[in-house]
Amino acid sequence: MLKIDTVTKSYDTGAQHHRVLQGVSLHLAAGEALALTGESGSGKSTLLHLAAALDGFDSGEITLNGAAYSGLDDRGRAQLRRETLALVFQQFSLVPSLTVGDNILFHARLAGRPDPAWAAEVTRRLGLSDLTGRWPEALSGGQQQRVAIARAIAARPQLLLADEPTGNLDEDTATRVLDLMLELVRETGTALWLVTHSEAVAQRVGRRVHLSGGVLA
Amino acid sequence: MTRVAWGALISHWRRQPLQLVTLILGLALATALWSAVQAINAEARASYARASEQLATGTQAIIDRPGGGIALATYAQMRRDGWNVAPVLQGRIVLEGRQVTIVGIDVLTHPAAAVTGETPDLTESFLAEGRLFARPDLIARLSGVPDLPPLQANAAVPPGELWTDISVAERLLGQTGQLSHLLVLDPIDAGDLAPGLRLRVEEGNDTVQLTRSFHLNLTAFGFLAFGVGLFIVHGAIGLAFEQRRALFRTLRALGVPLRRLMLVLSIELLGLAVVAGALGLVLGHLVAAALLPDVAATLRGLYGAEVDGALALRPAWVLAGLAMALGGAVVAGTGALAKLRRLPILAGATVVVWAENAGLGSRRQAMAGVALAVLGVIALALFDGLVAGFALLAGLLLGAALCLPLCLSLMLRLGHSAASGPVAQWVWADARAQLPGLSLALMALMLALATNVGVSTMVSSFRLTFTGWLDQRLAAELYVTARDDAQGAEIEAWLAPRVQAVLPIRSAGDRLNGQPATIFGIIEHQTYRDHWPLLQADPAVWARIEAGEGVLINEQLAYRQDLWLGDQVTLAGQSMPVVGVYSDYGNPNPQAIIGMDTLLQLYGDVPNYRFGLRVPPAQVDAVRAELAERFDLPPGGLRANTEVKQVSKAVFENTFVVTGALNALTLGVAGFAILTSLLTLWTSRLPQIAPVWSLGLTRRTIALVELGRSLMLAAFTALIAVPVGLGLAWVLLNVINVEAFGWRLPMFLFPRDWALLTGLALIAAALAAGWPAWRVARVPPAMLLKVFANDR
Repeated sequence: MLKIDTVTKSYDTGAQHHRVLQGVSLHLAAGEALALTGESGSGKSTLLHLAAALDGFDSGEITLNGAAYSGLDDRGRAQLRRETLALVFQQFSLVPSLTVGDNILFHARLAGRPDPAWAAEVTRRLGLSDLTGRWPEALSGGQQQRVAIARAIAARPQLLLADEPTGNLDEDTATRVLDLMLELVRETGTALWLVTHSEAVAQRVGRRVHLSGGVLA
Repeated sequence: MTRVAWGALISHWRRQPLQLVTLILGLALATALWSAVQAINAEARASYARASEQLATGTQAIIDRPGGGIALATYAQMRRDGWNVAPVLQGRIVLEGRQVTIVGIDVLTHPAAAVTGETPDLTESFLAEGRLFARPDLIARLSGVPDLPPLQANAAVPPGELWTDISVAERLLGQTGQLSHLLVLDPIDAGDLAPGLRLRVEEGNDTVQLTRSFHLNLTAFGFLAFGVGLFIVHGAIGLAFEQRRALFRTLRALGVPLRRLMLVLSIELLGLAVVAGALGLVLGHLVAAALLPDVAATLRGLYGAEVDGALALRPAWVLAGLAMALGGAVVAGTGALAKLRRLPILAGATVVVWAENAGLGSRRQAMAGVALAVLGVIALALFDGLVAGFALLAGLLLGAALCLPLCLSLMLRLGHSAASGPVAQWVWADARAQLPGLSLALMALMLALATNVGVSTMVSSFRLTFTGWLDQRLAAELYVTARDDAQGAEIEAWLAPRVQAVLPIRSAGDRLNGQPATIFGIIEHQTYRDHWPLLQADPAVWARIEAGEGVLINEQLAYRQDLWLGDQVTLAGQSMPVVGVYSDYGNPNPQAIIGMDTLLQLYGDVPNYRFGLRVPPAQVDAVRAELAERFDLPPGGLRANTEVKQVSKAVFENTFVVTGALNALTLGVAGFAILTSLLTLWTSRLPQIAPVWSLGLTRRTIALVELGRSLMLAAFTALIAVPVGLGLAWVLLNVINVEAFGWRLPMFLFPRDWALLTGLALIAAALAAGWPAWRVARVPPAMLLKVFANDR
């Protein structure tokens, strides 16, 4: 489904040229769950952003369902993110001016396939039913992260990309949220790519790869 | 997708209504000031056009006699010879403290008597002999004037004019047997005219030309006000974009294409601009309606131009107002959209980042400011005229505004380096950090302050000069206007043994270098030597005038025609050297003064029925009473110089009422800009306040610091605005006034006014910062704690 083929990526920071990814190759099948681990600064978030078509790469190729990213313009990349992918950021990225209920349905609406019943089911399973009328700013960090996950799953994506989704949560909450997320992606056949620095989280996902110094171990 | 994205964008305004209100109000206020000025200009121009169209006073061929009127006998002979001409006797008198024009016509020949269409036919009315016809508003003002013939309202009469039968006009103007000119009703050949008469096509209404400078000034003020407003709009829109930066990033991450996002934002912006523009038009209409009476008084006093007191809704200024609102929003929004275009999806999403980026540009901004100022100077050097003057003004003001952030940043850096305690250091550093977010509002404040300093310096300098000039020019204690030359001669003879001097005021009309001008004759008297306000003079100026060897010209003529000491002026075909230039703030037209003998020699028998009287102050009332009792003088025929001065000063003050009002409004708008910025920055303040609060500063202390910071920035801005304003005053006095009115005025400094203005700026800043500071003082600790909990 997702194929990353010898991708390189570098940044210029002032006078310095920093090579973040050095010929990374990776394959993710439909419905598969993958944990990408690595130390801080190893380039794992960068790789995830490339897979999410949020950023461009220097060389190599990424394809999703056979469509090459390098051939996509802004509109094509946006369509990919809207209709095929879903993202869960470490910092939640909720729309502060929409209620929790509207936030959960937001991505599905953008993708043109809102399913209120499924959204309600996801909302219930994530323990957010009582919070749908509230504003994101009134929620705790753990609650906001659950809303972000609900928004992603309610959109029924083919591939869910999550960047440290439990990074801001305490251990108990993190375990609960992760279990729910894995359960939901399994039920829907959604492929999951999760970036984490936590060994414990990675072990729960199943398949795992480690990125170190811009190279997959 | 578009609808969903739009819904998310709009939801921001639902959650942040204050931002929406400030954005709309900012643009509305900017539009209001601009459209108010446009409305006033449009109304005035419409009045001039109406005056031209009504009663056939538009472009027309007339016959007149240079330097004097046409004798009634000449007219009668021309009629007998078959000339189809209509007689007109026209002149101005002062009634109830205001000048009105008396127009006497012959009901049987003048085309105005057959006005048709919507206005009633005047012919029958004119037959009711002795009546004066005027517009209802003028009649209302004149209803209490004694000794006036019956007044009758007629909307067909041009504003400020009293139309009547020619015999009544003769009585009122004190001119018997004389006509001002003849209206040509059928085409004629100028070669057939009797010697001394001439045929010319008269722009029946030269008010448009005369008042152009005034309206250009007003328009410039409107632009300035809009410019100040634009800074606010730019700030409000910029911050509205920045506040939603995280939302934009989320939308893009969730698959909304950049172009679609920009399109939606553009539509939103235009929608807001239309709403704000409409609101601005309503506000502008209210402002214009409130200011129009003063503008009308100004135009009447300065130029004798009449403007109706009522304001009509005109498509021209409605469209101009909306266009400016849309244009302003586009100008302000283009930058924000361009930023959005360059915004990487993964960029940081805080206002602080934006503020830091804005700060980086302050040096480039200052360079652009210097370049603008230099361009303004170059424009003045390369081109003449009022437009070049305004280009210089625009360059200086905008240039100074663009340099402001860098100047303030340097001042704050100095303060920071001098601060000792940790709190003081934080205050200075915090002020610097806040500067980018506030800089647009502070630029607006600086523009408003500099304009206030500049215009008030100009007005106060003008007032001082004008008052001094009035005292010099109105040296005679009493001024008499007789009904005609016969009565004039009688009065002159009667007065001779009773007063110190009788100074005849005799004048003839002529054209000097193609411009219509009035030529005055003066007799030999010490009064002129002692009091006449000369700007340039030959050492033997008065002797040469009396000997008929030279001419005095007014400053307007000197500047417009570039005529100075020794240059030659041709009067009635005779060339004479300029021996002096005198200041003349009473009228916008060219004037010249020659010896009385020379006047009579060049222009023949000019009327002699106006006199200035030198009377010992103690006897003024007695002479006045005796004159009034003994002679049947026309209304307003006898006036003390104190009355004339009073009227003149009132006219002067009226002239600048509008300017003062626009000044105050601009300052208010700038104060609003500060409030807008502070409120919009509010959400970004919490993460900066929370750490200081957690370290032991009370919310009250932090609130006071917030207030103090705004006051400090306003004070620094005022400090910079004063020299900029003085530069503006210099340009107004030495460039704009010379081009617009033909006079150069000395510049006086009024430090007390600056202190007052700085005080006002501080009050405006305190009022604007008061609410946000109060919010800081009352912010719940839980909200501050959330800053740490949420890791924003």
